[in-house]
This record gives sequence, C-alpha cells and structure tokens, in this order.
Amino acid sequence: MITLGHYLTVSGMLFTIGFAGVMLRRNIIVILMALELMLNAANLSLVAFSRFHVDPTGAPNYNAQVFVFFIITVAAAEVAVGLAIVVALFRLRQTTHVEDITTLKF
Amino acid sequence: MLLLPFGSAAVITLFTRRWKNLSIFISVAAVLGSFLCSCLIFQRTDISTPEWNWIYIRGIFHAPIGFILDDLSRLMLLVVSGVGSLIHIYSLDYMRDDAGKSRYFAALSLFMFAMLGIVLANNFVMMFIFWELVGFTSYVLIGHWFERDSAAEAAKKAFITTRIGDFGLMIGILMVWMATGSVVFDDIVAHLSKITSNPGYLTIAAVLIFCGAAGKSAQFPLHVWLPDAMEGPTPVSALIHAATMVAAGVYLLVRVAFLIHASQTALMTIAWIGTITALLGGLIATQQSDIKRILAYSTISQLGYMFIAVGLASDEAAMFHLFTHAFFKALLFLAAGSVIVALHHEQNIWQMGGLSSKLKLTFVAFIVGGFALMGVPPFSGFFSKDAILALAYQRNLPIFAIGLTTAFLTAFYVSRQLIVVFFGKPRSESARTARESPLVMVVPLLILAFFALTAGFRAIAKKVLVVPHEGETTLIVPMLAIAALLAGAGFAFWIYRNSDREVVHVDLFRRLFYIDEFYAWLIDHTQELLARVAAFLDRSVVDGAAVRGASGATVQFGSLLRLFQVGNLQAYAFLFGLGIVALIYFVIFH
Amino acid sequence: MSPTLFWIFALMMLVFGAAVIVNRNPVASALSLVVCFLALSALFMSLDAYFIGIIQVLVYAGAIMVLFLFIIMLLDLRAEELRKINWIASAGGALVALALMIQIIAVIERLPLAKQPFPPLARSTSDDVHHIGMLLFRNYTLPFQIIGIVILVATVGVVMLSRRERQ
Repeated sequence: MITLGHYLTVSGMLFTIGFAGVMLRRNIIVILMALELMLNAANLSLVAFSRFHVDPTGAPNYNAQVFVFFIITVAAAEVAVGLAIVVALFRLRQTTHVEDITTLKF
Repeated sequence: MLLLPFGSAAVITLFTRRWKNLSIFISVAAVLGSFLCSCLIFQRTDISTPEWNWIYIRGIFHAPIGFILDDLSRLMLLVVSGVGSLIHIYSLDYMRDDAGKSRYFAALSLFMFAMLGIVLANNFVMMFIFWELVGFTSYVLIGHWFERDSAAEAAKKAFITTRIGDFGLMIGILMVWMATGSVVFDDIVAHLSKITSNPGYLTIAAVLIFCGAAGKSAQFPLHVWLPDAMEGPTPVSALIHAATMVAAGVYLLVRVAFLIHASQTALMTIAWIGTITALLGGLIATQQSDIKRILAYSTISQLGYMFIAVGLASDEAAMFHLFTHAFFKALLFLAAGSVIVALHHEQNIWQMGGLSSKLKLTFVAFIVGGFALMGVPPFSGFFSKDAILALAYQRNLPIFAIGLTTAFLTAFYVSRQLIVVFFGKPRSESARTARESPLVMVVPLLILAFFALTAGFRAIAKKVLVVPHEGETTLIVPMLAIAALLAGAGFAFWIYRNSDREVVHVDLFRRLFYIDEFYAWLIDHTQELLARVAAFLDRSVVDGAAVRGASGATVQFGSLLRLFQVGNLQAYAFLFGLGIVALIYFVIFH
Repeated sequence: MSPTLFWIFALMMLVFGAAVIVNRNPVASALSLVVCFLALSALFMSLDAYFIGIIQVLVYAGAIMVLFLFIIMLLDLRAEELRKINWIASAGGALVALALMIQIIAVIERLPLAKQPFPPLARSTSDDVHHIGMLLFRNYTLPFQIIGIVILVATVGVVMLSRRERQ
C-alpha cells in the first residue's frame, strides 16, 4: 500500500540529494542541476498533496498543479539566466569552478 | 542706510571683483549714500524704528532685529559715516596701484555695515554679532597685504587679542541675560533692579562687559594689538584704528552706562585702567620711530582718556572726546599716510625731515591735527580733553595728576614727531624728492582739518551732542593743562631741535614695557602646560580609550565575522544548510 | 498504481539523482538528470497528474536539459574533471545533508496524514489540461501575466548577458 508518506519521503530524499549537490560540487553547471533537483523534489510533494486532497466532485486539487506549472516555468527562466551568467563568467575567467570565484568577500 | 554698505560689499565680493574701478565706484557711492542718510536721520527726530522678530523663544529669550535711534547713536552715525566717507575717498588714491583693490573696498564696505550695525543695535545679541563682524573685517583689513608675514601676524594678533576681550563681553551679556531675562537694552533698563540687587554679580557682569570694550578699544592689558595693526594700509588705520572701531568700546560702555553706573567698583576699575593706559601709551609713544606707531600709541593713550571719563561716570565727556578724537586722529593718520606715500612708503621718522616746505598742505593738516591732539586752544582737542581733566580734578585727584602728566607726554611726543618729520634737514633721498599728494587725498585732509579745528567749539559741538558743563570749574585746570602743554612742547623742541637721530634712549619705553615679552613668557608657561595636559588627555583618554577602543573593538569583531566571509559559494551553502538544520531542530524537535 | 512500479520509479529517480552529483563528468551528470526527470514524470503520472507529467518531460527533459548539454559542449568542460577533492569539506557537507534528510523523514513520521492511503478519484483525470487551463485563466490570471513578463525579462537578460563586449 503506497501512502502519502512514501511520496513525501522520496521527495525529501531527492531534495537532500540536490542540497548535498549544491554543497559538495564545485562546478557551477552541476550546482545548477542540483538546484533543479531540489525544485523538482518540491514539485513531487505538491503533486502528491494535490492527489491526496480530492475535492467533493472527486477530482484532484488542481490548484497545486497550477502551482507546479508556475514552478516549472520560472525554473526554465532561471536556468536560462543562470547559464547565460555562467557563459559570461567563463568568458571573463575561463572557469566554472566556484573556488576560483571568491572576489565577493572582505 | 545700513544695507547700502552691506549690499555694496556683497555685490563687490560676488560679482565685480574683476572690474576694479566699478567695485570702487559702488563702494564709495554706498558709503556716501549712507552718510547722506545719516545726515537726514540726524535732522529729523521723528523717525520710527522698525523691529522684526529674529530669535524668539517664548518666555526665555527674545532677540529682535531692532534699531535704536537716540542722541548717542545719531552722533555716532554721523561720525562713523562721515569719517568713513572721507576715508573712502582718500583710499581712492592711496590704494591706486594695489592689486587687491576690490577686496579692500569690499572689506571696507563690510566694515561700514558692521560698524553702523553696532551703533544702531538695540539689543546685546545683535550688537555682539556686529561687534564680531567688525573684528573680522578689521582682521581682513589689517592683513590686507597678507603676503607680508608681519601683516599676517599682526592681523592674527589683533583678532586673537580682541577675542579675549570679546569672550568676556559674551559672558557679561549672558550674565545680564540670566539676571534680567532680556538682552534688549530698554527691557534691561526696565528690569534693572533685578541685577542691581546683587552688587557682586553686577560688578562682575559690568567688568566682563568692560573686558570686551577694553579688547576692542585697546586698553591695558589688551592694547598690544593696536600698534601692530599699523601693518594695514594707512586709511584702514585711520578708519578702524583711530576713528571708529576702537571707539566702539567707548560707545558700548556709554550704551550700557545704566549698568556700569550702578557699580562703583566697576567704575573705578574702568577709570584706573583708562588712567594706566593713557600714561602707558604716552610713555611708549615718546620712544617710537615709526610714524604710524607713534600715532597708534597716541590713540591708545587718548582712548585711555575716554575710559577715564566713562569711569568717572561722565558719558558726555567721553563722547565729546570720542567725537573730536575721531576727527583729529583720522586727520593725523591720513596726513601721515600722505607723508608715507610722498616718501614711497617710508615710515621711519628718522628718514624724514624738512618736509614742511615740500608737503605744504599735508604739513598744515598735520599741524592742525597735532595741535588738536596736544590740546592747544582753540583746537578741538583742547576742549574735550579739558572737560575730562576738569572732571578728574573734581572727582579724583590722583587720576587728574596722571592725566596731566599724560597731557605733558602727549605734547612732548607730538612735538617731537612734528619737529623730526617736518623740520630740520632731509635725512634721506626720498625725503629730498618728496612731492605733494594728489588732490583726492588732500581734500579729505582739509575737510577733516576743518573739523579738527572747529569741532570743539561749544557752538558747533552743542548742535550734535551734549557738551559737558564746566561752569563751576576754576581756571586752574585749563591753566595747568596749557602749562603742561607748553612744557612738553618746549622740552621736545629743546631736545630735538637739531638732532638727526634719537638722543634720548629709554629702553623700557622703546621695548613697550616688555609687555609683549611678558605675554610670550606667560603663554609659554601657562598655555604650553595646558596644551600638554590637553594633549595627554586627548591622546591617551579620548583617543586611546574612547575612540581607539571603540574602533578597535569594532575592527576586532569585524575580523571575527570576516572569518565567515570566505567568498566561497560552498562554504555559504554549508553554513546555510547548517542554519536550516538548526532552525528545524529548534522549531520542531526542541 | 501498483507499489512495484512506484518503487521501481522512485528508486530509479533517487539513484540517477545521486548519479547527477556523484558523476565528475558534467555530460554524464546531465544525462543522469534526464533519466531522473523521466522517472519523476512517471511518478507524476502515477499520481494521476498526466498534464504535469507530460510537461515535465517536454520542458525539463526536453528543453532545459538540452540547454544544459549545449552549454557544457560550448564551454568544453572536460579538462576540469581533475581536481583534488577537499575531503573534510565534503564530509561536512554530507553530514549536514544527512542531518537534513533525517529531520525531513522525522517530520513526515510525525505527520498523521502521511499514514493514510490516497482516496479514490470519482472520475478520470485524462481531461486535466482542461481543468488546469480553466484555473489558470480564471483564478490565476495576474500570476500568469507576471510569469509571462518574468520570461520576457529573462529572455532580454540572457541576450544582454551573452552579448560579446565590443572592444
């Protein structure tokens, strides 16, 4: 029997994997990918709750799915801008490693 | 009228510095205009004085912009703007080749504004502001030739010395305000009982106000700046340091006479300071060799006379002497300026000589001024000085004796100056080739000479001021005065008849009683010590503990925080995750 | 949906998700991500959210991942594989991630709702595009417009960022 808890646990694990990626990887592109993982973990729990809260007509709660739709759209825009910044940075510094970009400090 | 010179000063400084002749024209026109206004005001007695609120704190403090027009201020208006206009005209030529002409005339206009402001102010605060403004313009004008070190030094000295007095004045004003709750003269008169009920307090306040007057009017022991102020252009010396500004102290005391008369101690202080100053100035003047410095010490001495009159509670005599002195001393300075110009800025009297035939008009003017200063009847100085001496004879014999001695000294040094400068053989090349000054300079001389001659006559003087009555005096005072005069003049003639250099050497007088040295010593030993203590406090306590301590703590704390700012994205993410874990722990599981 | 399929797809998603961050070659990471997202879209469909599952494949696995691969190729990142790994930092990061995961699981354990099975649906959700569209254009008009502007701004921003500075 698959319960809501299973989906939420899987979502939480995916989120943690993404977060670990952000913390551990030094390549900005991979960090961006890890961010995508985290966003999708959130999407998974949203869809799970959408399915869980069935309204009186017997349909799932579509508000959550609209929300997921928005998240996917914004994520697309975010990835586009993020990758453009990576390209500009690469032109400037010839690197995509965050260890080489430590100018923002006192 | 007040605004004319101010406007002129503003216009010149702001717009017309480049066009020298235009600036000069504006300045002279402004001062003449204000002189005309003064005359008009003098004629009419029904002019109402406007008053605006300026600083007003209900029940606590009220300082309006208001004017006072009584006989006293009318007289001063006339003197200030009259002598001022003549000196402006005189400056036209004296400053002809000067590079800083615009600046000079702007400062002169500003000075006229400030001086008229002092005369017209109806409250202490306004007067004090103009008082300081006068001090400042005086500073600018003394230091007009600021490229000369001595001029810059003299300007600083004048400013700082008068500041000492002004500080006393300020405290005095505050004390009066604390006691009576007002700074407006009329209100103070109305509430006078509040302050006279406490004689000690009143005396201190009066003496402090006198401090301001003493600073401005170069009374002992604050007289040291005036001789050095002769570094300024001669018309400035005439205007500021002979006729008007130095008289402001006397005017101030007469203006607040209601306060001072209430305290016998203050009166005696003023009288004796005046006496000492008169004697001291006369003694030093006998040994000076700079033509302007002689006049400067003579001014100090004459101001001493005025303070004697104030101290003996006779404002009329003081104002009378102020009135005549303004004319003859301005005349003497301008004549000296004329001599200086004729001799290409030579100021040492031992480099002159035999000028009576070459500078005829100047000579006449100098003679008139000198006789007035000595008190030769019927020149104006005779009457006014006589009034003061008569007063002293009646009220205080020691002061009278010293006053008489000073009269003798006055006669002595004026005669010495006259003889050395105008008679005998020319003692330098420039003295041999001297030429009379142009008409623009001579005309003011002649006008002033006319007044110096006639201002003392009762018929003329009565028109403008209250002449002190001398009905009951015996003939003995004028007789003694004339005797002193003759003795002094004769003595000087006998000594300096044919001499080409100084024959009497009194080091004490020549070195100005070592007062400057004494001040230097005093400052060395007090101010240095004070400065050391202050420096120690500043460095170790203020800087060390407070400022550096605070900044050091901030820096240390900052560098501690800085450890977190590694600039590494991963480290930030790590700390961020740590924070979130801790947050969830505290919110949900704790 | 049968539990077997759920476990297959969930495991696939987590394994390939982990592969994304473990792979040292960015290209391998990106490809792992694609598989991860495919499994995720299968999970979406298992929750009867067909529309979301489809756009997940279209937008993420299709468009965004192509973008990633394209940039990786463009920058030619193979040379950067060889770098020393800071083991202490990695261990610390893994520790924090682990703590976070334990906390999340603990929170879910405390949630009573999590123990309940999904209620049955009264009707088919094969027309959910229609429902989502109605909601989007009726209730969420303003956010929808704002998202449009966000994408426009992102487009302009990308053009500005990737423009070569004229010397």
